[in-house]
Amino acid sequence: MSALRILVPVKRVKPRVNKAQTAVETAGVKHSMNPFDELSIEESVRIREKKSYPHGVSEIIAFTCGPPKSADILRTAMAMGADRSIHVETKEGDEIEPLSVAKLLRAVVQKEKVDLVVLGKQSIDDDAGQTGQMLAGLLGWAQATQASKVSFEGDGKGVVVEKEVDGGTETTRSHLPMVVTADLRLNEPRYASLPNIMKAKKKKIEKITAEELGVDLGKRLKTLKVIGKWKWKRKWILNMGLDGTSANTIFAEPPPRQGGGKVEDVDGMITKLKELGAI
Amino acid sequence: MSSIIKTLRPAVQRATAYTARPALRTAGVRRIGQQHARPLSSTARRRNEAVDISEVPPTPITHLSEIEVAMADSVSKFANDIIGPKVREMDENEAMDPTVVEQLFEQGLMGVEIPEEYGGAGMNFTAAIVGIEELARVDPSVSVMVDVHNTLVNTAVLRYGSTELKKKWLPRLATDTVGSFCLSEPISGSDAFALATKATKTDSGYKISGGKMWITNSVEANFFIVFANLDHSKGYKGITAFVVEKGTKGFSIAKKEKKLGIKASSTCVLNFDDVEIPKGNLLGEEGQGYKYAIALLNEGRIGIAAQMTGLALGAFENAAKYVWNDRKQFGQLVGDFQGMQHQIAQSYTEIAAARALVYNAARKKEAGEDFVQDAAMAKLYASQVAGRVSGLAIEWMGGMGFVREGIAEKMWRDSKIGAIYEGTSNIQLTTIAKLLKKQYSTS
Repeated sequence: MSALRILVPVKRVKPRVNKAQTAVETAGVKHSMNPFDELSIEESVRIREKKSYPHGVSEIIAFTCGPPKSADILRTAMAMGADRSIHVETKEGDEIEPLSVAKLLRAVVQKEKVDLVVLGKQSIDDDAGQTGQMLAGLLGWAQATQASKVSFEGDGKGVVVEKEVDGGTETTRSHLPMVVTADLRLNEPRYASLPNIMKAKKKKIEKITAEELGVDLGKRLKTLKVIGKWKWKRKWILNMGLDGTSANTIFAEPPPRQGGGKVEDVDGMITKLKELGAI
Repeated sequence: MSSIIKTLRPAVQRATAYTARPALRTAGVRRIGQQHARPLSSTARRRNEAVDISEVPPTPITHLSEIEVAMADSVSKFANDIIGPKVREMDENEAMDPTVVEQLFEQGLMGVEIPEEYGGAGMNFTAAIVGIEELARVDPSVSVMVDVHNTLVNTAVLRYGSTELKKKWLPRLATDTVGSFCLSEPISGSDAFALATKATKTDSGYKISGGKMWITNSVEANFFIVFANLDHSKGYKGITAFVVEKGTKGFSIAKKEKKLGIKASSTCVLNFDDVEIPKGNLLGEEGQGYKYAIALLNEGRIGIAAQMTGLALGAFENAAKYVWNDRKQFGQLVGDFQGMQHQIAQSYTEIAAARALVYNAARKKEAGEDFVQDAAMAKLYASQVAGRVSGLAIEWMGGMGFVREGIAEKMWRDSKIGAIYEGTSNIQLTTIAKLLKKQYSTS
């Protein structure tokens, strides 16, 4: 078994909700790397630094599909420790569906002989949470989603992934090659230090088109209705099949939250719960 | 002037080539549309050579290079996540949290312009200015520590230090040693060259006796650049710069000042009681200290101006978010009243004007142009705007601005120092007027 080749796909997103959670920031808002993708870069760099994979890491490649400006987050990824980058450029405003991204990634995995893909579990703009799973399906690889801890077995093959589930920790074991998606508590991403920002400037970004990778970025989803302009989280109601059959998406507003209430003491709580028929 | 620039050009080209970055040599029409339309920003020159920028396509003053943008992003994130939660506590305790200092080093913020071969980031001056501004948006105390360390101390060693001093100190200044710049004394502030601290030659080096006052970073620092007069009979031409390490016999911190603002930044009285230092600790040449001090402070002013615009912006944003999101009176957000909106608009315009002065001064310095008046104007105006905007911000926030939570009242207290250190506002006005008179006087 040779040293690990890791691919880390990253996405440039625009944070939508402001700090006070009262509005969506639009004009003048800086785009940044999807937070879950920062975790996957960090994890890849830690696998290298902590030598947690027995045969070491030979290369960490960052990948993005997005407008020219997305090069910024590739630089960030490289300042955090990725060795080089691949950029599939699209037009500003084009939304690329998860299946298309997964197909691009499959092509890159095959081209670059990657044996571990670490992705964010979802992006914070469309919250599809599908790319990693689709990619594993397309490649026929093992997958472990929402990882909170990743470790490797001494044989250089086995991978143990822990994930936080309701009521505890679930431990899964599989083997390379593999797709892992990162959850929030996987690690704490580092800040790109100034010397590393300078070093990243010398690292390479390779531009490549979807055609060159043999992938059609055409849309397969149709938006039926958008309710509300900005304030509501869009929700994917229907997913689509991996075979690429068309499916419909509805953007909907979640029901408004009811204000909570306070109770004086335990007795008050029990009375309240009885009122609600909970006990 | 242009002929001077032309003769200097080959030298500049060599200097640029040395940085291994494609900057000025390729300047020309071809550059238009490239990411670095402002190539000056990516050069690592630090001498004041003039650069021919006649063929560089002009860009907006607010246009930053890729490195400067990355700097702003990284520092802004770091400042908000790491420093932000500690701001109030550090101010109340009147002390810098040592972990903050440690993390500033880890981030590379203490060696912005120090070349990579000495363990620094090897960035340009404007990148440092961007970083100082971003830090001040969150905490002007942390910002001034980084500012003094980078623009005064590191620059002094880089520019005037002997090879030995550079080899010994630059790697440490970039990674673990805070620096301090000791010029002011009880009897000399604005009249800096009236300083009384005396240096005498000894067999092995020099002996310094006297005292310094209002010395920034002195608690955290291990490395002090000390100005002392080697020959009082020569007046200011006797002033010489020396390097003194903390722990040298006879060197002591006499008193830590309690201040109105930037409380987390240490300011102390220092005593030099026959402090003996070796020959190698002479910084630059004997009797040249006054020139170094003038040159460094001229540049340093741009840093303070950046600190002040950062402060103004931080105070503004804090208040604007409050009045436009949280506070409602008479059934509407207070920020929606016209009386408020006009003040907010006026304030932001002033901040933008101050920033334009700051960035223009920084770019002129990088281009090797004369920037003395620009730096003075930037510092003067930025500190005025900082005082005005941070004061108004308190009023916009009402009770929430007046309480010692949040950062509103702190920003206003911190703004006061802007009109005082690294040249008072009156000294800036005098400098500006002197240069204007030179320009307009016919005799």
